[in-house]
Amino acid sequence: MSARANILGKLRNSLDGTTPRPDEFDERLVTEPWRYDPQDRIARLRSLMEAVHTEVRQCSSDNWPGLVAGLLAKRNLTNLLCVLGKEHGRELQAHFDATKRSVRLLAYDRPVEAWKEELFWNVGASLTGTLGAIAATGSLVLWPDRHEPRLMSLVPPVHIALLKASEIHDNLYDMMMAQDWAAGLPTNVLLVSGPSKTADIEQVLAYGAHGPRELIVLILEDA
Amino acid sequence: MSQRIPATELSSGFRSRAEAALADRQLRNNFRTAMDSLMHKRAKAFSDADEREGLRELGNRIKAGALSRLPDLLEQLEQKLTENGVKVHWAETLEEANTLVHGIIEARKGRQVVKGKSMVSEEMEMNDYLAELGIECLESDMGEYIVQLDGEKPSHIIMPAIHKNARQVSKLFHDKLGEPETDDIDHLIQIGRRTLRQKFMEADVGVSGVNFAIAETGTLLLVENEGNGRMSTTVPPVHIAVTGIEKVVANLRDVVPLVSLLTRSALGQPITTYVNLISGPRKPDELDGPEEVHLVLLDNGRSGAFADAQMRQTLNCIRCGACMNHCPVYTRVGGHTYGEVYPGPIGKIITPHMVGLDRVPDHPSASSLCGACGDVCPVKIPIPELLQRLRQENVKNPAEPQLVKGGGAKFSRTERSIWRGWRMLNTRPALYRSFLWAATRFRALAPKKAGPWTDNHSAPVPARQSLHDLAAQHLDQNGGRPS
Amino acid sequence: MSQLFYDAAPNATRVAPTREPERVYPDKPEAVTLFGTCVVDLFFPEAGLDAIRLLEREGVRVDYPQQQSCCGQPAWTSGYRDEAQAVARAQLDILDRSGLPVVVPSGSCAGMFRHHYRALFAGEPDTLRRVEALAERTFELIEFLLKVCKVELADKGAPRKIALHTSCSARREMNTHLHARELLQQLDTVERVDHDHESECCGFGGTFSVRMPEVSGAMVKDKTRSLLDSGAVEMITADGGCLMNINGSLEKQRAAFRGRHLASFLWERINDASEGEGA
Repeated sequence: MSARANILGKLRNSLDGTTPRPDEFDERLVTEPWRYDPQDRIARLRSLMEAVHTEVRQCSSDNWPGLVAGLLAKRNLTNLLCVLGKEHGRELQAHFDATKRSVRLLAYDRPVEAWKEELFWNVGASLTGTLGAIAATGSLVLWPDRHEPRLMSLVPPVHIALLKASEIHDNLYDMMMAQDWAAGLPTNVLLVSGPSKTADIEQVLAYGAHGPRELIVLILEDA
Repeated sequence: MSQRIPATELSSGFRSRAEAALADRQLRNNFRTAMDSLMHKRAKAFSDADEREGLRELGNRIKAGALSRLPDLLEQLEQKLTENGVKVHWAETLEEANTLVHGIIEARKGRQVVKGKSMVSEEMEMNDYLAELGIECLESDMGEYIVQLDGEKPSHIIMPAIHKNARQVSKLFHDKLGEPETDDIDHLIQIGRRTLRQKFMEADVGVSGVNFAIAETGTLLLVENEGNGRMSTTVPPVHIAVTGIEKVVANLRDVVPLVSLLTRSALGQPITTYVNLISGPRKPDELDGPEEVHLVLLDNGRSGAFADAQMRQTLNCIRCGACMNHCPVYTRVGGHTYGEVYPGPIGKIITPHMVGLDRVPDHPSASSLCGACGDVCPVKIPIPELLQRLRQENVKNPAEPQLVKGGGAKFSRTERSIWRGWRMLNTRPALYRSFLWAATRFRALAPKKAGPWTDNHSAPVPARQSLHDLAAQHLDQNGGRPS
Repeated sequence: MSQLFYDAAPNATRVAPTREPERVYPDKPEAVTLFGTCVVDLFFPEAGLDAIRLLEREGVRVDYPQQQSCCGQPAWTSGYRDEAQAVARAQLDILDRSGLPVVVPSGSCAGMFRHHYRALFAGEPDTLRRVEALAERTFELIEFLLKVCKVELADKGAPRKIALHTSCSARREMNTHLHARELLQQLDTVERVDHDHESECCGFGGTFSVRMPEVSGAMVKDKTRSLLDSGAVEMITADGGCLMNINGSLEKQRAAFRGRHLASFLWERINDASEGEGA
């Protein structure tokens, strides 16, 4: 007998003569305490994220590339990993070209194995989009894909995330249902609620444990 | 598999380990401070009592519901994961699980393993098992890393190094890594970050645990704050997740309340920094993530707990650690005193099913049944009830059939006959009253030593007159009814 | 740090209140049975007698069946189910004879009647019906005075600072952990002071105290230290087990400080001012 057959056999045996409990999920418990007026969502998100050392900036689709440039300059960062030739990457590139900034834009355009060393040690910051955010817990939602792979939001010490104000949901349950996640999930879904941290020594919070030391969220209010 | 001895000596037993821990002022101080803070954070995170109680009730229903159809859900999970490209393996014993993990690593000729936090891998003593086979298995959670570096075991399931203070960690890094001593915690963490970053890059295999396995979508959900879990499950070409069979939930939506209960109960956080949902290996057009993802489903005694409807509730556990944070016993003796992987109240009720009650005969007794653990459990495991149940199993006659592995470990004919005597005394009113009469009359002869009681107390001296007598006299005089 | 546990009610002593519906209390009955409990019977009989006096003062006739002994808890928490069941059955028979409401001057024994008898007799439907009825009419003494008798106390004592220890059973099984506070508020010159880790167990736990004397001893040491540091001149509790544990430890430490049963304290306060000390 295989381990599988033994385990399932034992479990079935123990349930002999019993009936499964009915599904008693009560969605009110995970939604009603977590509803906000649309105009309050940003404030809620901000306060929760700022409480865990996230820098949150509200901006517009016109001025965000300039803001990114400023954030990088302030930190003396000379390169930025971002998607090129697409949406926000294109806008950023246009801005840097126009302002003749000396920031090198890097693309994640090869399998990680082809440039692990460089990614781990030489990339100063990354910029990714988001699928949306959750006001209840102060979380960004990322669905990494081939353009913005999984490690993009993890390895560089500074992670800048673009979030459209219109895509902030009240709570995870609402977002999951609105977008029918259960119908099919990508390889990886991430909720990110701040920069990497640990409290493993004396429960004292230290940021930048293994992931980004800094998380900067740019909320695009007209989008 | 050779018998490995955990860092804390097992042979000495719970009581003598407790005695040593109680005498260690630094340790007691570290735990008291940490547990106070964790209790405070949890209370703040659940400031609305109605919301909290509603959510706990829901958490209990979800887990109990999943257990009520566990074999079906495990099959569904396996099917969905397989469709998603994840290989599912089953292990009844620790030996089987280790062999499976080793086989997967060997197939890739792996030599370096980096591990995210996983209590199941602690159950397996995977690090030691692989080390004996020449494979380096490095912990990457900061707390686990510290504990591994010092040749210890975790003392708390969420905060593995909570028994150490910054000075002790600094000394450790100095001795083992040659780092200059510092009491700056940020600096200590950066030492860990630097060292482990290199390891993430080099590792052939990443190992992780699982917080919830979702049958509906074939998804493994992991929560963490540090990012080491994401590193371990994304950077190496192979990811092996190990988990207990009780971690499966039916639907994706179920994780919404469960994650909230978990992170708020454990750390008082509305959510952890990362919630990582993995539904498969790297797809052909993707640029990172492991090429292979494996899930090892481990039994290790869980099906034994499952066999009894009352003890099945043990498997509701989502490993938040709130029971230990609120436990007056754990707070005083720390995690190592329990001598096993899972300490504290949850350890006391789950360990017997894993290793046998006869290996941990003191576990069920190491509680005043104060009930704090049950009060805070996010999935409403009636821990005090289960402790009481295990006490019954503990004193059963070993000749009887045992429901729990190693039951009857505390059977004693002498003790049984004492309780029979107690029963006779308390079921025969005339006998009981004679006892009261003698005890009050000869109170001066009460022994000055009364077993272990007088270790901590003065000897109890009966009153001059019992309440039976005082009440009878009083009611007689006042026209009451001494019946 | 009792302010840690603020979430049930202002400065409550409960870590995590479960959401039990508020108990519905009956009108004051003419008579009750007092279940004295074995610990009070032998070690604190004055507290039992004061409980009778307090009840009589409210115009409630008290019955004290001489056949009563112990609720069965020691065997139950030690894993001796059969022995516990036999003793429980004897008490059930005695208490059923009059069928009067049962008042218990100890939270843990009241909790035994109200909760654990159900588990003890789970396999006997007929007994279970009697057990349910007993659970319905069982009251912890302070609960009964406050909620059923709606007692009004006039303090005649001198100003006094006290600390209050609430038992784990009162907190978690009886939901009566706030009643003593409420009652003490009626006493004008009694000041209740908080003590460190007020809601934490005193370490008694019945046979736990002799099976695990090292851990239990450390718990009661911490408890007595925080009581001694509280600024109170006396500790008050409504549970016999905790009282025996805490007083036994204090006596062993040769401390002058002592604990006293709430019934005795109340009776003294409403009658005379002999023992007051400056606050």
